[in-house]
Amino acid sequence: MLIKRPADIRESEVTNEQLYIDRRKFITTVAGAGAGLGLAATAGPLLACSGDTRAAGGAIEEAGRQDDELTPFEDVTSYNNFYEFGTGKDDPAKNAHTLRTRPWTVTVEGECNKPGVYDIDDILKRFPAEERIYRLRCVEAWSMVIPWMGFPLADLIKSLEPTSQAKFVEFRTLLDPDQMPGQRRRVLEWPYVEGLRMDEAMHPLAIFSVGLYGKVLPNQNGAPIRLVVPWKYGFKSIKSVVSLRFTRDMPLNSWAKSIPNEYGFYANVNPEVDHPRWSQARERRIGELRKRPTLMFNGYAEQVASLYSGLDLRKYY
Amino acid sequence: MRLSVFLLALFPFAWMVYHAVTGGLGTNPIEAVTHRTGWWTLAFLMLTLAVTPLRQLLGWGPLIKLRRMLGLFAFFYASLHFAIYVGIDQFFALDYILEDIMDRPYITVGFAALLILLPLAATSTKKMIKRLGGKRWNRLHKLVYVAAALGVLHFLWLVKADTREPTIFGAILVALLGFRLVSERLRRFRIRPTAGGRRLRVSPEPPRVESRAGRVKLKSASPR
Repeated sequence: MLIKRPADIRESEVTNEQLYIDRRKFITTVAGAGAGLGLAATAGPLLACSGDTRAAGGAIEEAGRQDDELTPFEDVTSYNNFYEFGTGKDDPAKNAHTLRTRPWTVTVEGECNKPGVYDIDDILKRFPAEERIYRLRCVEAWSMVIPWMGFPLADLIKSLEPTSQAKFVEFRTLLDPDQMPGQRRRVLEWPYVEGLRMDEAMHPLAIFSVGLYGKVLPNQNGAPIRLVVPWKYGFKSIKSVVSLRFTRDMPLNSWAKSIPNEYGFYANVNPEVDHPRWSQARERRIGELRKRPTLMFNGYAEQVASLYSGLDLRKYY
Repeated sequence: MRLSVFLLALFPFAWMVYHAVTGGLGTNPIEAVTHRTGWWTLAFLMLTLAVTPLRQLLGWGPLIKLRRMLGLFAFFYASLHFAIYVGIDQFFALDYILEDIMDRPYITVGFAALLILLPLAATSTKKMIKRLGGKRWNRLHKLVYVAAALGVLHFLWLVKADTREPTIFGAILVALLGFRLVSERLRRFRIRPTAGGRRLRVSPEPPRVESRAGRVKLKSASPR
């Protein structure tokens, strides 16, 4: 399902959630069975027919394990870390209604040929959303599986024509304590800042998300536009983005600035490097009783490990 | 009074059970019950420690009758907290539990706090007080301050960035401890000259003859 302009989607056009889940299960099962029989060629078109995957999407399906069931919509939208609306997990769902997602612009600055102020609706028109089912692993050792709607970050970046000087991209969240009451307390330094190395940002798995479960992104999930970098801890996936800056130097992201010995710039999911205060070896998948082992790069090692060859992941956590 | 406080103290537990049955614990129920029982442990520790200062401030001796029960409720919620961690959160994975206790300071101090509460709960009966003698019993039970401090530290070291709640608990603890230190100093200062002899200091709360001793002491300690 493609949404070109999520704001225009009527409720009636949205797939019923249970139907949606069943369909996902069907697709995954068929794809798995097809691959198992060496019929990848058959599975390929089937996936394409569902209209929600491209090359990278296909790889994601393969990377996904059979037991990766979608986390229910209610859980995805009621259990959030979005300190701009309070530090409790249920605070964002309660408080994020004050966020106004239109009009909304994304300011582009720094080392690129196309700086400027871009309207969200123009961005959405230009970059049609596709579905990406990703695991989300929080640094707090819980995880979800979320069907995002979004477009590759690389597509947007290419269109902005970064110069050869651009080594990093820095992202910022909206700063407005009236809309984001959590910003009245200095739990972190506001606005929230995140960053990616250029090659990370250009990786096909990294997306800008504008929706989930085929619906417009709920405010508490980072509306109207947020980053999703599935091989990194959740705090890297910055929400409600208002600016993008191409830089020569590594940006100082909010958590690394706040507690540098616990949170770094890279924040790659890594079961072998513990948080100084707790283990990262296992995680609780929301909805499950027993903890499950955490996978290297959150299970996307095949796709992203090469980005970090030669990098000491213990040092660059 | 004791019965109503007992029921009131049981309410957070009942509320939790109700939520567990009706699905009101939210998206991450294991985390929810762990956090709730931990929070109530600290709350009951603070309430327990507030009994004596409140008695002195209000001049209401019978309040002491609640202290043991409140302390035991702190122990009850602490045990529940630990049981949930071991049995549900870690699913009895002993290797992980041991690693947590050894390597993770916030769990180390939390576990230490529980270990401290254990002998205090065990010696909470009248019989044990008698066996130990008031003075020794009192000295032992001063450890509750250590347990409370470790409990606050456990909370503080666990949160990611929002330290508001553990800081509030810490401030309450410091205030309660401060009150006690000041009032004890005042008492010592006052009793010594009038008593003529040395060391006639009444031990802070003789737990045995609760009400009467409490009142006597209160008189000597009250400002006027």
